[in-house]
Amino acid sequence: MVEMIATRDAYGNALTELGSAHQDVVVLDADLSGSTKTGKFAKKFPERFFNMGISEQDLVGTAVGFAITGKVPFASTFAVFESGRAWEQIRQSVCYPFSNVKLVASHGGITVGEDGASHQSVEDIALMRVLPNMTVIIPADAEEMRQVINVVYDYRGPVYVRAGRNKTPIIYGKDYQFKIGKAVVHHIGKDVNIIAAGIMVYFSLQAAEELKKEGIDAGVINMSTIKPIDKEAILKAAEASRAIITAEEHSVIGGLGSAVAEVLVENLPVPMMRVGIKDRFGTSGKPEELLKYFGLTAEDIKKAAMEVIKRK
Amino acid sequence: METVKETEGAKTDINELKDIARRIRINLLRMLTNAGSGHTGGSLSAADIVTALYFAKMKHDPKNPKWGERDRFILSKGHAAPLLYTVLAECGYFDKSELMTLRRLSSRLQGHPDCKALPCVEISTGSLGQGLSIANGVALSGKIDNASFRVYVLLGDGETQEGQVWEAAMTAAHYKLDNLCAIIDRNRLQIDGAVEEIMSIEPVVDKWEAFGWNVIETDGHDIAKILSALNEAEKVKGKPTMIIAHTIKGKGVSIFEGKVEYHGIAPTKEELEIALKELEA
Repeated sequence: MVEMIATRDAYGNALTELGSAHQDVVVLDADLSGSTKTGKFAKKFPERFFNMGISEQDLVGTAVGFAITGKVPFASTFAVFESGRAWEQIRQSVCYPFSNVKLVASHGGITVGEDGASHQSVEDIALMRVLPNMTVIIPADAEEMRQVINVVYDYRGPVYVRAGRNKTPIIYGKDYQFKIGKAVVHHIGKDVNIIAAGIMVYFSLQAAEELKKEGIDAGVINMSTIKPIDKEAILKAAEASRAIITAEEHSVIGGLGSAVAEVLVENLPVPMMRVGIKDRFGTSGKPEELLKYFGLTAEDIKKAAMEVIKRK
Repeated sequence: METVKETEGAKTDINELKDIARRIRINLLRMLTNAGSGHTGGSLSAADIVTALYFAKMKHDPKNPKWGERDRFILSKGHAAPLLYTVLAECGYFDKSELMTLRRLSSRLQGHPDCKALPCVEISTGSLGQGLSIANGVALSGKIDNASFRVYVLLGDGETQEGQVWEAAMTAAHYKLDNLCAIIDRNRLQIDGAVEEIMSIEPVVDKWEAFGWNVIETDGHDIAKILSALNEAEKVKGKPTMIIAHTIKGKGVSIFEGKVEYHGIAPTKEELEIALKELEA
């Protein structure tokens, strides 16, 4: 059995380590510190943790104030509220002035589960990606999240990082090295390449295994940085296979699928299909039920891959 | 560590401060007319407040804009950019000739303040309701560092219709930010008309007191009174202070005073002539 850790737990741990190493790290949360896992930092460094109550707009503004006095603020809440409720604050006060604010949002996507549509963000990546100056990252596993938190601390500028609620398989070892804007190429396939992010990376690896059994050479690329996107990796994959699949736990509008399509259509148009949520809101259910319901399983990726190959 | 310095060229002579405020009104009207657009009314209403802050109250150093111990000023009502630019130029942060580039392509003097273009501006503003939250963050940061600087933030009265202002009002009181002083430019007008008719903010004093603030009301055009309110605010411990500065929109020029239509338009050349005659008299 593979080891399973939620990326939000990895965030809480990484943040606490970061806080030990760097006195300028401050953390803000909007009454969800138990869920976003910033509570772990709060316990260790209460003097550098600020609970803003249920007020996302003020959360973001206050973080900006810390940033302009030289602190490195990490501001967390659920992805829906962080990206949506405070979007204009992020636009005006974080992105436009290039404030050094790290927005780390947990409970991304539909695997939030039973809480339903109000709490399932299927638009956050689109909302963040459209903002000039913003860097958007979705770590695929706990190790990648650990590294992302350290890397974004060193990077000066606005960052949005999406974490998930549930335990997910560990993909990377300690030898892995995350770099902003650099895709992780697991394998370049000759028949089809799957470009995925977040929890969909593991499902894509599973799908590629299944496709191999059918004699199809499918590659997998983890596009953990959605913005700035690794254009070179996309074009290399498209050149090799002339067929591309994207897989994301997000609306097919505006997220990874759109970002990849933008690169392909302007540079190397090849048949492409987007696995994602088809312009719908989420719904209540168990995470694994919802993945099936919305067509986000390894089986769905496999089907899409076989379909796109036919279009070549 | 840098030592705490006295404000560069700090003025306490009230007559001299009045004269600076008069000059600032003249210069900001000239720049507005030259630009052909911009916010006249709210720049004039806050001119005495911002003059008092930059020329008598705040410690800051135009030769060292990023001096760590400087007092911070955040213009939450970012549309008063012409006022801020004129004051910063008068302080010596940049040459006054640059004022004539307001709102032009490639100018550092954007329609609303842009801190990336003009680093002596603490933070970009323009979208209302955000400055108090940012000021709180600066004040909290100062608290955890035991820094000596104070944080000033200027809001419009109509601006307090934004919900985020009240989130931030709770935060400042909750975290006992006595190093923070907010000022409302209570000029009673917003774009669409009288504040009390568009969306009443009264009882404004009771509201801020109920939110846990020390509240001082003052005449926002009497520099001596503004300074005594700012000094009183500094003595209050354990809570933030809100100064409700009663002002007149368009203050200083008879044809603009109390006129809602001058919220967002610049004076014509003819109007500027009249204004200069009055201000230079």
